[in-house]
Amino acid sequence: MPIQSKAVGLPLSRVEGPLKVTGGARYAAEYFQPGMLFGVVVPATIAAGQIASIDVSAAERFAGVVKIFTHENRPSTAYRDSKWKDQVALPGHPFRPLESDRILFDGQPVALVVAESFEAARDAATLVRVHYLPEESHTDLMRAIHTSYCPPIPRAKEMMPPPPRGNAQAAFDRATNRISADYRMDGEHHNPMELFATTVLLGDDGTLTIHDKTQGSQNSQDYVCNVFGLATETVVVRNAYVGGAFGQALRPKYQLFFAVMASLDLKRSMKVEMSRREMFYLTWRPSSFQTVSLAADREGHLQAIRHHAVHATSRYEDYQENVANWSGLAYRCDNVELSYEIVKLDVSTPGDMRAPGAATGVTALEAAMDELAYEVGIDPLELRLRNFVHRDQNQDKDLTSKALHACYREGAARFGWAGRSPEPGSMRDGVDLVGWGMATGLWEASMSPAEAKVQYCANGTVVVSAAASDIGTGTYTILGQIAAECFDLQIGDVTVRLGDSTLPKTGVEGGSWTAASSGSAVQAAAKAVIATLLKHAGELHNSPLARASADEVEVAEGRLVLEANHQVGVAISEIMATAGLSSIEESAEVGPDKALARKFAAYTHSAVFVEVKVDSELGVIRVTRVVSAVAAGRILNPKTARSQILGGIVMGLGMALHEEGMIDHRTGRIVNHNLAEYHIPAHADVEDLQVIFVDEDDDKASPIGVKGLGEIGIVGVAAAISNAIFHATGKRVRSFPITIDKILESEIRQ
Amino acid sequence: MDIGSRNDAVPLCSTAFVINGQQFTLELHPWVTLLDLLRGALELSGTKKGCDHGQCGACTVLIDGERINACLKLAVSLDGARITTIEGLGSPESLHPMQKAFIEHDAFQCGYCTPGQICSAIGLVSEGRVHSRADIRELMSGNLCRCGAYTNIADAIEDVMGQGRNQIREAAE
Repeated sequence: MPIQSKAVGLPLSRVEGPLKVTGGARYAAEYFQPGMLFGVVVPATIAAGQIASIDVSAAERFAGVVKIFTHENRPSTAYRDSKWKDQVALPGHPFRPLESDRILFDGQPVALVVAESFEAARDAATLVRVHYLPEESHTDLMRAIHTSYCPPIPRAKEMMPPPPRGNAQAAFDRATNRISADYRMDGEHHNPMELFATTVLLGDDGTLTIHDKTQGSQNSQDYVCNVFGLATETVVVRNAYVGGAFGQALRPKYQLFFAVMASLDLKRSMKVEMSRREMFYLTWRPSSFQTVSLAADREGHLQAIRHHAVHATSRYEDYQENVANWSGLAYRCDNVELSYEIVKLDVSTPGDMRAPGAATGVTALEAAMDELAYEVGIDPLELRLRNFVHRDQNQDKDLTSKALHACYREGAARFGWAGRSPEPGSMRDGVDLVGWGMATGLWEASMSPAEAKVQYCANGTVVVSAAASDIGTGTYTILGQIAAECFDLQIGDVTVRLGDSTLPKTGVEGGSWTAASSGSAVQAAAKAVIATLLKHAGELHNSPLARASADEVEVAEGRLVLEANHQVGVAISEIMATAGLSSIEESAEVGPDKALARKFAAYTHSAVFVEVKVDSELGVIRVTRVVSAVAAGRILNPKTARSQILGGIVMGLGMALHEEGMIDHRTGRIVNHNLAEYHIPAHADVEDLQVIFVDEDDDKASPIGVKGLGEIGIVGVAAAISNAIFHATGKRVRSFPITIDKILESEIRQ
Repeated sequence: MDIGSRNDAVPLCSTAFVINGQQFTLELHPWVTLLDLLRGALELSGTKKGCDHGQCGACTVLIDGERINACLKLAVSLDGARITTIEGLGSPESLHPMQKAFIEHDAFQCGYCTPGQICSAIGLVSEGRVHSRADIRELMSGNLCRCGAYTNIADAIEDVMGQGRNQIREAAE
């Protein structure tokens, strides 16, 4: 009989909250050592070409400067590409800072100035004179799109489009109702609030303790050891607190390289922190161009789906994400053709940004579905319901669960969707045109290999440890909740240790898989502790549990008891005292269930409903209301889970209306590399957001029934907003972000 | 002054101020910002650097009760000032009501913008200009949060303000 949980499923506050609200949580740049040095990077000011010469003489004379590193004096590092490839590296040649005189992208670091103070390094960096031999740069996706190609080496097999099914062209040509539209998106930049930073503390014995802004301490550790030829045991990487990342910190960033390089060369502790400007020069959501063609019969049943997606990558790596495949599995359709290509530009390599691929591809699909709904003349929600599918037709697999019907139903009810008048421009509030739009969201529910260690102490407290990361996702809290539930404790009795490369092996924190993976590992390790307790209990004289098996017992109120009858059991304190143990420690490792994965595919789903108000004279758009109904399996903590979805909605709002990496294509340079000109949503932009978690039982997606929440919140939001803008104004803007100028380009339907 | 000619001969400026109730008299270079002083020599790293340009609000501190971006203040200009940082507002054992409300309402995720949000919120409350939730949103817009905790932050601020006066008027939008 399951015990009433004291932890899992409860809306507990974040366990690290008191540290975060008092300034006690320390991030990568916030470790100190007397005599440490500071490094500041000099970014390139051309997008393609060569360094003719670098004059560092004035900078070197600057008071406090210790050394200036350029490609001319960089200490030697690993030669082979394989040594530079981190755990989530891409096909191609990883970027090597200061490797040569070649410039591959705007903002590429060309020098590192190291000084006794941050101010000296910062100011001396402005004195480094670089003479370039610029070459013509190509940064405009649309001008280079004729050079697009299929990535010859797939990043992952499942990212490649499935073979066509049916005959999409013929079905499209035959169909009564058709739409075909192009969707453009400008590049986006993650801009977590914390600047990328690395602090290297050099031990007396030459060991390095590195505090790095990363989504994977062991990924950074591997990288440092490989690039600099260091033994694993001499390098510890920590990321106890990470000030946001959203994918940008999956791969090691150059400040890690520089801090370690300078520390080893100068035999001093080092700190290198990027400027906000530098944050724009690496790992971004690539600019994209998509064409979606949909055909349906007169009742709205899909007859054909074609989705072609193209996005940018760099000259040196083939960044890839799954953009088009969502269109083959979101709805029932037997004639599907999906294609995907990338374009090399003189830019830094793009990277995963919250729901990589889906945020882009599902936006286009869901905007196109809205267009189709109007073409057929039925309600956009009704169109989705008529094309509901219970199977992944791309992979021809069953789904582990799909409570999307409940998302549609509960979301629509909360929003009041039934009160929508379908005609664009038909709803008003004073001078504002009111628009209601909706979209479906979906994302993978995956697991990644993860280990965890659980230590049960005789005093009834528990320590959980894993090299997982909490990037603001709530990992500390939910892992504590899972352990607390296993041992029937309060969360306050559990200590969770994360963010340290010496802890049990865990992959990078991404893909929405941490809760499912590390959570399952913690549960498995806790069960192993309970099994060990049972073994010792069996050794007791006249043990009531002598014949019990591990799956028949659980912990309740400090006792190891029979699950079926809590009267039968032994106090854990007695078991441990008799065995002479002060603590019991067990580890466990989990990973994806390959046998299950052959039969089933797992996704999270959402239905997003949006109200916008568009000023009919000025074109100003406000998102006044969002309801996001999410089906994501078991919710471990409704409070932190809700925040994950809120964050996704807000970033989706930015994608729809604000975020636009602007490149001057004449020079190839990013022109809005700061938070005043690259707009992200601010307080004033965010009004009424409501989150619903629908019930969804899933015993296959992960051992603990969890599907993950980090990404699903953003998927579909930009489409729902654009659909609401169409409903308000009668204007289809197919270029994101939807800014005022695009609204005003053609007359608003009054 | 040409930046290139700067050297150790530039005189240090003696500056005295109170930070979190503690008196400091420091010999400072004139180019050191309050933010870098806090996060550097004083090791008060609760105040965050998010842009160094006054664009994100992560470095918000209270100077004589007023909310200020510490990255835009040269430390030597603060002679005689009373500065309160997040560390001076409360400790995990003894939280300020705003800190407590932020935890209760889950008004942060990664926590990096949080000290600035809290200092800004406290400054906002004492300004006495807030009459609606829309006012909170508008007047907190100098503090960016990339995790998107805005609605929870507004809830936390409303909660604290409601503790002072009965209830803050709902935005009638």
